[in-house]
Amino acid sequence: MMPELGKYAVAVLSAYGATAVLLIVLVTATLLRGRRVRDEMQRTEARGRKDA
Amino acid sequence: MSLWEYANPVKFLRLSERVLPWLWALAVLCLASGLAWGFFGTPDDFRQGSTVKIIYIHVPAALMAINGWFMMLVASLIWLIRRHHVSALAARAAAPVGVTMTLIALITGAVWGQPMWGTWWAWDPRLTSFLILFLFYLGYMAMWSAIEDPDTAADLTSVLCLVGSVFAILSRYAVNFWNQGLHQGASLSLDKEKNVADVFYHPLLLSIAGFVLLFLALVLYRTGTEIRVRRTRALRARQGAGV
Repeated sequence: MMPELGKYAVAVLSAYGATAVLLIVLVTATLLRGRRVRDEMQRTEARGRKDA
Repeated sequence: MSLWEYANPVKFLRLSERVLPWLWALAVLCLASGLAWGFFGTPDDFRQGSTVKIIYIHVPAALMAINGWFMMLVASLIWLIRRHHVSALAARAAAPVGVTMTLIALITGAVWGQPMWGTWWAWDPRLTSFLILFLFYLGYMAMWSAIEDPDTAADLTSVLCLVGSVFAILSRYAVNFWNQGLHQGASLSLDKEKNVADVFYHPLLLSIAGFVLLFLALVLYRTGTEIRVRRTRALRARQGAGV
Protein backbone atom coordinates (compact mmCIF):
# COMPACT_ATOMS: atom_id res chain seq x y z
CA MET A 1 0.00 0.00 0.00
CA MET A 2 1.54 3.31 -1.14
CA PRO A 3 1.83 5.87 1.66
CA GLU A 4 0.29 9.32 1.17
CA LEU A 5 3.27 11.51 0.17
CA GLY A 6 1.29 14.69 -0.49
CA LYS A 7 2.92 17.60 -2.29
CA TYR A 8 6.42 16.10 -1.83
CA ALA A 9 5.64 12.89 -3.73
CA VAL A 10 7.87 13.81 -6.70
CA ALA A 11 10.82 14.67 -4.46
CA VAL A 12 10.57 11.50 -2.37
CA LEU A 13 9.97 9.15 -5.30
CA SER A 14 12.72 10.68 -7.43
CA ALA A 15 15.21 10.35 -4.52
CA TYR A 16 14.33 6.65 -4.11
CA GLY A 17 14.27 6.11 -7.88
CA ALA A 18 17.70 7.68 -8.46
CA THR A 19 19.16 5.65 -5.58
CA ALA A 20 17.67 2.41 -6.92
CA VAL A 21 19.04 3.08 -10.41
CA LEU A 22 22.54 3.92 -9.15
CA LEU A 23 22.71 0.90 -6.82
CA ILE A 24 21.39 -1.50 -9.48
CA VAL A 25 23.92 -0.19 -12.03
CA LEU A 26 26.76 -0.51 -9.49
CA VAL A 27 25.87 -4.05 -8.39
CA THR A 28 25.23 -5.26 -11.97
CA ALA A 29 28.47 -3.76 -13.30
CA THR A 30 30.38 -5.25 -10.36
CA LEU A 31 28.98 -8.76 -10.89
CA LEU A 32 29.36 -8.71 -14.68
CA ARG A 33 32.96 -7.52 -14.54
CA GLY A 34 33.73 -10.05 -11.82
CA ARG A 35 32.39 -12.90 -13.95
CA ARG A 36 34.24 -11.71 -17.08
CA VAL A 37 37.54 -11.39 -15.20
CA ARG A 38 37.13 -14.83 -13.58
CA ASP A 39 36.52 -16.44 -17.01
CA GLU A 40 39.51 -14.63 -18.49
CA MET A 41 41.76 -15.82 -15.66
CA GLN A 42 40.60 -19.42 -16.07
CA ARG A 43 41.21 -19.27 -19.83
CA THR A 44 44.69 -17.84 -19.26
CA GLU A 45 45.49 -20.53 -16.67
CA ALA A 46 44.27 -23.25 -19.03
CA ARG A 47 46.40 -21.86 -21.88
CA GLY A 48 49.41 -21.84 -19.53
CA ARG A 49 48.84 -25.51 -18.61
CA LYS A 50 48.47 -26.47 -22.29
CA ASP A 51 51.69 -24.64 -23.25
CA ALA A 52 53.54 -26.35 -20.41
CA MET B 1 46.11 -16.61 13.40
CA SER B 2 47.03 -13.11 12.28
CA LEU B 3 45.06 -10.59 10.23
CA TRP B 4 48.10 -10.25 7.96
CA GLU B 5 47.51 -13.80 6.69
CA TYR B 6 44.80 -12.29 4.48
CA ALA B 7 47.41 -10.20 2.72
CA ASN B 8 48.01 -13.47 0.89
CA PRO B 9 45.72 -13.23 -2.20
CA VAL B 10 44.83 -16.94 -2.17
CA LYS B 11 43.79 -16.84 1.50
CA PHE B 12 41.92 -13.60 0.92
CA LEU B 13 39.97 -15.09 -1.99
CA ARG B 14 39.16 -18.22 -0.01
CA LEU B 15 37.89 -16.15 2.92
CA SER B 16 35.87 -13.79 0.71
CA GLU B 17 34.21 -16.71 -1.09
CA ARG B 18 33.09 -18.09 2.27
CA VAL B 19 31.86 -14.77 3.64
CA LEU B 20 30.30 -13.18 0.54
CA PRO B 21 27.05 -15.17 0.28
CA TRP B 22 26.23 -14.23 3.89
CA LEU B 23 27.15 -10.59 3.33
CA TRP B 24 24.99 -10.31 0.18
CA ALA B 25 22.04 -11.97 1.90
CA LEU B 26 22.31 -9.82 5.05
CA ALA B 27 22.77 -6.64 2.98
CA VAL B 28 19.63 -7.32 0.93
CA LEU B 29 17.66 -8.27 4.05
CA CYS B 30 18.67 -5.16 6.05
CA LEU B 31 18.33 -2.80 3.07
CA ALA B 32 14.94 -4.12 2.02
CA SER B 33 13.49 -4.19 5.53
CA GLY B 34 15.04 -0.85 6.61
CA LEU B 35 13.88 1.00 3.51
CA ALA B 36 10.44 -0.63 3.48
CA TRP B 37 9.98 0.15 7.19
CA GLY B 38 11.10 3.75 6.66
CA PHE B 39 9.08 4.31 3.50
CA PHE B 40 5.85 2.53 4.38
CA GLY B 41 5.87 2.32 8.16
CA THR B 42 6.85 5.76 9.47
CA PRO B 43 4.75 8.93 9.73
CA ASP B 44 5.50 12.30 8.13
CA ASP B 45 7.58 14.77 10.11
CA PHE B 46 5.66 17.79 11.40
CA ARG B 47 8.09 20.19 9.66
CA GLN B 48 9.52 18.20 6.74
CA GLY B 49 6.35 16.35 5.75
CA SER B 50 6.96 13.19 3.72
CA THR B 51 10.45 14.38 2.62
CA VAL B 52 11.69 12.94 5.93
CA LYS B 53 11.58 9.55 4.16
CA ILE B 54 14.64 10.64 2.15
CA ILE B 55 16.67 10.39 5.39
CA TYR B 56 16.73 6.56 5.04
CA ILE B 57 18.85 6.80 1.91
CA HIS B 58 20.60 10.16 2.29
CA VAL B 59 22.14 9.60 5.73
CA PRO B 60 23.42 6.02 5.12
CA ALA B 61 24.81 6.97 1.69
CA ALA B 62 26.60 10.03 3.12
CA LEU B 63 27.96 7.93 5.98
CA MET B 64 29.35 5.35 3.55
CA ALA B 65 30.75 8.04 1.24
CA ILE B 66 32.88 9.41 4.08
CA ASN B 67 33.71 6.10 5.76
CA GLY B 68 34.46 4.53 2.38
CA TRP B 69 37.21 7.11 1.96
CA PHE B 70 38.52 6.34 5.46
CA MET B 71 38.58 2.63 4.57
CA MET B 72 40.62 3.55 1.48
CA LEU B 73 42.91 5.65 3.68
CA VAL B 74 43.61 2.70 6.01
CA ALA B 75 44.20 0.38 3.03
CA SER B 76 46.48 2.97 1.39
CA LEU B 77 48.51 3.39 4.59
CA ILE B 78 48.92 -0.39 4.82
CA TRP B 79 50.14 -0.39 1.21
CA LEU B 80 52.58 2.48 1.84
CA ILE B 81 53.95 0.96 5.05
CA ARG B 82 53.79 -2.82 4.51
CA ARG B 83 53.51 -3.09 0.69
CA HIS B 84 50.67 -5.64 0.73
CA HIS B 85 49.16 -5.70 -2.76
CA VAL B 86 45.75 -6.84 -1.51
CA SER B 87 45.37 -3.64 0.53
CA ALA B 88 46.18 -1.42 -2.48
CA LEU B 89 43.69 -3.41 -4.56
CA ALA B 90 41.05 -3.13 -1.82
CA ALA B 91 41.46 0.66 -1.85
CA ARG B 92 41.08 0.65 -5.62
CA ALA B 93 38.02 -1.61 -5.38
CA ALA B 94 36.33 0.67 -2.84
CA ALA B 95 36.55 3.86 -4.93
CA PRO B 96 33.67 3.17 -7.40
CA VAL B 97 31.48 2.10 -4.49
CA GLY B 98 32.39 5.23 -2.54
CA VAL B 99 31.81 7.53 -5.50
CA THR B 100 28.35 6.00 -6.03
CA MET B 101 27.50 6.57 -2.36
CA THR B 102 28.71 10.18 -2.65
CA LEU B 103 26.60 10.72 -5.75
CA ILE B 104 23.53 9.25 -4.04
CA ALA B 105 24.09 11.55 -1.05
CA LEU B 106 24.50 14.60 -3.32
CA ILE B 107 21.42 13.82 -5.44
CA THR B 108 19.12 12.93 -2.54
CA GLY B 109 20.40 15.96 -0.60
CA ALA B 110 19.58 18.26 -3.53
CA VAL B 111 16.16 16.66 -4.04
CA TRP B 112 15.42 17.14 -0.32
CA GLY B 113 16.93 20.65 -0.22
CA GLN B 114 14.77 22.05 -3.02
CA PRO B 115 11.44 21.86 -1.13
CA MET B 116 12.98 22.39 2.35
CA TRP B 117 15.60 25.10 1.77
CA GLY B 118 14.14 26.44 -1.47
CA THR B 119 17.31 25.61 -3.42
CA TRP B 120 18.91 22.54 -4.99
CA TRP B 121 22.37 23.64 -3.99
CA ALA B 122 24.13 26.09 -1.69
CA TRP B 123 27.85 26.71 -1.19
CA ASP B 124 27.45 25.55 2.38
CA PRO B 125 30.57 24.11 4.14
CA ARG B 126 29.27 20.53 4.29
CA LEU B 127 27.86 20.51 0.76
CA THR B 128 31.01 22.07 -0.68
CA SER B 129 33.38 19.70 1.14
CA PHE B 130 31.19 16.81 -0.01
CA LEU B 131 31.38 17.96 -3.62
CA ILE B 132 35.18 18.18 -3.31
CA LEU B 133 35.21 14.66 -1.83
CA PHE B 134 33.23 13.50 -4.90
CA LEU B 135 35.83 15.12 -7.19
CA PHE B 136 38.61 13.44 -5.19
CA TYR B 137 36.93 10.06 -5.74
CA LEU B 138 36.81 10.73 -9.50
CA GLY B 139 40.43 11.89 -9.52
CA TYR B 140 41.49 8.81 -7.54
CA MET B 141 39.80 6.46 -10.02
CA ALA B 142 41.18 8.38 -13.01
CA MET B 143 44.70 8.15 -11.60
CA TRP B 144 44.47 4.35 -11.18
CA SER B 145 43.33 4.07 -14.82
CA ALA B 146 45.92 6.47 -16.18
CA ILE B 147 49.07 4.88 -14.73
CA GLU B 148 50.17 1.65 -16.34
CA ASP B 149 52.55 0.32 -13.69
CA PRO B 150 50.31 -0.97 -10.85
CA ASP B 151 52.83 -0.32 -8.05
CA THR B 152 53.42 3.28 -9.17
CA ALA B 153 49.64 3.74 -9.47
CA ALA B 154 49.17 2.34 -5.95
CA ASP B 155 51.87 4.69 -4.57
CA LEU B 156 50.47 7.83 -6.21
CA THR B 157 46.83 7.06 -5.49
CA SER B 158 47.73 6.37 -1.85
CA VAL B 159 49.24 9.84 -1.59
CA LEU B 160 46.13 11.31 -3.25
CA CYS B 161 44.02 9.40 -0.73
CA LEU B 162 45.98 10.95 2.16
CA VAL B 163 45.36 14.44 0.74
CA GLY B 164 41.67 13.73 0.09
CA SER B 165 41.22 12.62 3.69
CA VAL B 166 41.25 16.27 4.69
CA PHE B 167 38.00 16.72 2.76
CA ALA B 168 36.54 13.48 4.12
CA ILE B 169 37.17 14.84 7.64
CA LEU B 170 35.77 18.24 6.64
CA SER B 171 32.66 16.55 5.18
CA ARG B 172 32.16 14.71 8.44
CA TYR B 173 32.73 17.62 10.82
CA ALA B 174 31.85 20.69 8.72
CA VAL B 175 28.50 21.05 10.50
CA ASN B 176 30.38 21.31 13.79
CA PHE B 177 33.14 23.65 12.55
CA TRP B 178 30.95 26.26 10.86
CA ASN B 179 27.54 27.41 11.96
CA GLN B 180 26.71 29.62 9.00
CA GLY B 181 25.83 26.75 6.63
CA LEU B 182 22.36 25.65 5.58
CA HIS B 183 22.96 22.01 6.43
CA GLN B 184 21.58 20.98 9.82
CA GLY B 185 23.63 19.14 12.45
CA ALA B 186 24.28 15.40 12.41
CA SER B 187 21.13 13.23 12.37
CA LEU B 188 22.82 10.62 14.52
CA SER B 189 24.85 11.22 17.64
CA LEU B 190 26.13 9.29 20.65
CA ASP B 191 24.18 11.87 22.64
CA LYS B 192 20.63 10.44 22.58
CA GLU B 193 19.09 13.90 23.00
CA LYS B 194 20.50 15.02 19.63
CA ASN B 195 19.23 12.01 17.64
CA VAL B 196 16.22 11.98 15.36
CA ALA B 197 12.98 10.80 17.04
CA ASP B 198 12.75 7.07 17.84
CA VAL B 199 10.08 6.49 15.22
CA PHE B 200 12.62 7.47 12.51
CA TYR B 201 15.72 6.27 14.37
CA HIS B 202 15.17 2.49 14.30
CA PRO B 203 14.42 2.09 10.58
CA LEU B 204 17.31 4.48 9.93
CA LEU B 205 19.68 2.21 11.89
CA LEU B 206 18.49 -0.81 9.91
CA SER B 207 18.96 1.05 6.64
CA ILE B 208 22.48 2.13 7.71
CA ALA B 209 23.28 -1.52 8.53
CA GLY B 210 22.08 -2.43 5.01
CA PHE B 211 24.30 0.20 3.36
CA VAL B 212 27.33 -0.86 5.46
CA LEU B 213 26.82 -4.53 4.56
CA LEU B 214 26.27 -3.70 0.88
CA PHE B 215 29.47 -1.62 0.89
CA LEU B 216 31.42 -4.49 2.48
CA ALA B 217 30.00 -7.07 0.06
CA LEU B 218 30.77 -4.91 -2.97
CA VAL B 219 34.29 -4.05 -1.81
CA LEU B 220 35.11 -7.66 -0.95
CA TYR B 221 33.79 -8.89 -4.32
CA ARG B 222 35.55 -6.14 -6.27
CA THR B 223 38.84 -6.75 -4.42
CA GLY B 224 38.62 -10.39 -5.52
CA THR B 225 38.11 -9.19 -9.09
CA GLU B 226 41.15 -6.88 -8.86
CA ILE B 227 43.26 -9.76 -7.51
CA ARG B 228 42.21 -11.91 -10.49
CA VAL B 229 43.00 -9.09 -12.95
CA ARG B 230 46.46 -8.85 -11.42
CA ARG B 231 47.01 -12.62 -11.58
CA THR B 232 45.82 -12.77 -15.21
CA ARG B 233 48.22 -9.98 -16.14
CA ALA B 234 51.10 -11.75 -14.39
CA LEU B 235 50.27 -15.07 -16.12
CA ARG B 236 50.11 -13.40 -19.53
CA ALA B 237 53.42 -11.64 -18.94
CA ARG B 238 54.98 -15.01 -17.98
CA GLN B 239 53.44 -16.76 -21.01
CA GLY B 240 54.55 -13.91 -23.29
CA ALA B 241 58.08 -14.16 -21.92
CA GLY B 242 58.01 -17.91 -22.57
CA VAL B 243 58.64 -18.82 -18.91
